[in-house]
Amino acid sequence: MNPKGSDNRVAASEAPFITGPHAIDDTLIARALGVALEQGGDFADLYFEYRRAASISMEDGRVRSVGGGIDLGVGVRVVNGTAVGYAYAESLDPEELLAAARTAARIATGGKVVAPINVTRVRAPSRYAVSENLVDVPGADRVALLRRADAAARAADSRIARVDASLVSVHKELLVCNSRGAVVHDVQPMSRMGVSVVAGDGDRTESGSSGGGGRYGIEYFAMVSPEDHGQEAARVALVNLDSRPAPAGAMPVVLAPGDSGILLHEAVGHGLEADFNRKQTSNYTGRVGESVASELVTVVDDPALEGSRGSINVDDEGEIPQEHRLIEDGILRGYMHDRISAEHFGEPASGSGRRESFREVPLPRMTNTLMTAGQDDPEEIIRSVKKGVYAKKFSGGQVNISNGDFVFSLTEGYLIEDGKITAPLKGVNLIGNGPEALATVSKVGHDFELSDGMWTCGKDGQSVPVGVGMPTVKLDELTVGGTEA
Amino acid sequence: MASTSKTPEILARLTGSAEHAVATLRALGVDHAEVSVGVGNELEVGVRKDEPELVKEAQSSGLSVRVMRSERVATSSTTDLSKDAVEAFLKTVVEMAEISEPDPMAAPPSPDELADASALPELDLFDPETDGIDAARALELARAGERAAFAADKRITTSEGASFSRSSGHGVLATTGGFVGTRYGTYQSLVVQAVADDEGGKKRNGMYWTGGRFFADLDDPASVGAEAALRAVRTLGASKMPTGQYPIVFDKDAARSIVGLVASCVVGDAVYRKRSYLAERLGDAVAASGVTIVDDPLVSRGPGSRRFDGEGRAVRAIPVIDDGVLSTFLLDTYSARKLEMSPTGSASGGGGIPHSSVSNFYMLAGELEPEALLEGIETGLYVSRMMGFGFDAVTGTFSRGAEGFLIENGKLTRPVGEITISRNLDDILLGIDAIANDLDHRTSTAAPSFRVDQMTVAGS
Repeated sequence: MNPKGSDNRVAASEAPFITGPHAIDDTLIARALGVALEQGGDFADLYFEYRRAASISMEDGRVRSVGGGIDLGVGVRVVNGTAVGYAYAESLDPEELLAAARTAARIATGGKVVAPINVTRVRAPSRYAVSENLVDVPGADRVALLRRADAAARAADSRIARVDASLVSVHKELLVCNSRGAVVHDVQPMSRMGVSVVAGDGDRTESGSSGGGGRYGIEYFAMVSPEDHGQEAARVALVNLDSRPAPAGAMPVVLAPGDSGILLHEAVGHGLEADFNRKQTSNYTGRVGESVASELVTVVDDPALEGSRGSINVDDEGEIPQEHRLIEDGILRGYMHDRISAEHFGEPASGSGRRESFREVPLPRMTNTLMTAGQDDPEEIIRSVKKGVYAKKFSGGQVNISNGDFVFSLTEGYLIEDGKITAPLKGVNLIGNGPEALATVSKVGHDFELSDGMWTCGKDGQSVPVGVGMPTVKLDELTVGGTEA
Repeated sequence: MASTSKTPEILARLTGSAEHAVATLRALGVDHAEVSVGVGNELEVGVRKDEPELVKEAQSSGLSVRVMRSERVATSSTTDLSKDAVEAFLKTVVEMAEISEPDPMAAPPSPDELADASALPELDLFDPETDGIDAARALELARAGERAAFAADKRITTSEGASFSRSSGHGVLATTGGFVGTRYGTYQSLVVQAVADDEGGKKRNGMYWTGGRFFADLDDPASVGAEAALRAVRTLGASKMPTGQYPIVFDKDAARSIVGLVASCVVGDAVYRKRSYLAERLGDAVAASGVTIVDDPLVSRGPGSRRFDGEGRAVRAIPVIDDGVLSTFLLDTYSARKLEMSPTGSASGGGGIPHSSVSNFYMLAGELEPEALLEGIETGLYVSRMMGFGFDAVTGTFSRGAEGFLIENGKLTRPVGEITISRNLDDILLGIDAIANDLDHRTSTAAPSFRVDQMTVAGS
């Protein structure tokens, strides 16, 4: 039973800027925005954030630490042309808020009479239905979830030598108020379980991991159990005990559905964040309408997938984001904008402005980046490869925005020989160039999968949660960075 | 010891807060606690094409704590340093410890192991000039850097911009064991990122930066900008090179990245968690003779320097790999107990779960001029930049993206990119056959350029 409401749809607010004696009223919002613009800025916003986190880490079957805490504050941004003044306060004290507004205001040097700002509360859609946030689940019950994952990993095989597991949950609320008058509030839940396993056999030691979650509460574990993560981590470690050195050189690569979406995130997504294109530093600059991939490739950034780790009801500039079609049938359709780049390109703000916390400025960022399903049979795709690599799990990726070169690191991969998946391969790096690699996509499966929520994207030192997804895809040529030349 | 007129006053205030928190925790019945209180001051500015892009100024504060009660541990942090808020916060943390489980290994250092707080080393980490650099001056420094990049080469067509940032911090670590230590430092840096146009819509970016504890130690903006421009244009026309085995020369930035991987394998946490290929190798030759890697928290003006560790232990320089032989791991109290070894004063932070960590971790310089590393190489690869996370600490498997230059007959001939280099880290370290004399302490993890006898390049 949830005493806060029977429909379990909308999480109750607990942020002190929304509820209680320190709730921020519309008069103070209007006053702070007025101060922010009094030197002549074009636009200002306030970003109130409340973040309550709880984490437990278990090492080798024993709780190592219990942590958590509350972070609270407000960031003030003043935009003057493309210049940004930024300051923040780590409290809700009106004097500190006004002081931050005065500091941020200094980006402009004029002074003007600011017309009164009429504040209107805007309602955000609901893209995450959370029954009970994990943050509120009693500690002993959260420990029990970790213990189940730990036990399942150990039970998988006698060669499992060590298991570590962690559970992090967050209740975050934001209130974004801008000088055009819009005020939007959102409650953003997040949880993530991670399990990592070391397996040993004779002289060999290998590891495997599994993780997942999203904008879910306790109901996540009805979809994916702790045992699933424990067993999956153990499976990967055991597979890797038999891994052999990977080949080196250019060859066909088949990407498994789901986590392989990291390829899109690196090869396409970052290069289409509009700040790089506004600055003309991306290899995709000025190429809207041109072919940048095989005609089988359609890529979207979709903030609205219910429960996905990258989903948002409202972006960190207060815009309600919609699905962005980035590449359609191989043709570049558009960029992901924050307010500054949208203004520069004369387009509507598209809801891609995100930030790590109230201490940071928003930047154009991805949410859930996906390749839509094609028509090919996944089995048939593998059968079509004479010699190549089947890529299944990854530890991360990176891209050089300017020249488009991207890498991603394989933690579970296999050789494909004569149309069959054969030997597991040691960890290996794959490297390619965005448009050149995507031009070699020759088959796209009908088996779209969304990755279970475990990815975090870093840009300019700011981390935000993201989602990825794709079907089975064949690239005719990608460079595999093994040792067997 | 006063570095600015404000420093003693700030430290006295923070010491008062930390001691009050320790007293509160004692009254709440904890067996042990570490409290870290700190305040910071930062300015960050960016310019692009001569125009300001960002001016960000902020003051921050924080209190973080680790408590132990009946061998149960909890940690948390808050930004609200008011007395009432701190007292309520500490009560919650002590309650959090209740849901933890007893962990007999989680013991604090005994009081006689703590550093002598009255005789902490003076490491010259605080520049009184830093906080006085205002936004206008910072913007001018960034502008000067970017202008120099545009002026250096007409092929520089655009810019990711240039940025200058400065920060200062004061902090106090206090423990129920009786340790009360102060720390304070500054840091500033200037970054310039220049971009040139290449064939087929590709851009080539060149990044260069300068940074340090003292403003006067920074390179001048003009030289930073010129170097950024050079780094962009020298990669114009980069293409793959043929797949094969080649000798590899790592420039000092790439070399530093390799040394950073070694760091991740010699910290106690990785060792006791069986997440290091070096876990069972103490006393073995794990690198070529002549390779010495140390962790030295006492480097004057060092970016990674610390007066005491996160548990209040005294710190000292530690040879980790001594002439090729793995001589010790870097251990905090917990990892030392797990491994039945002696702690090395290598706990990070303070007021959180201590983890073993590096301070200034670097490979000692050799005697060769950097150019001499190329001598005798018929065909090889000079690596100036690496990409990706392709390293498995458990096995040492290494495979990463690389950019650099082809070496032919002892000379750099053309830029190469979109290739990977791979070999097990164990074999890379054992394969180091020449070390240059160009080590600097611009970064906390550092290395001179060095050469490895061979690695696999995957390219065309």
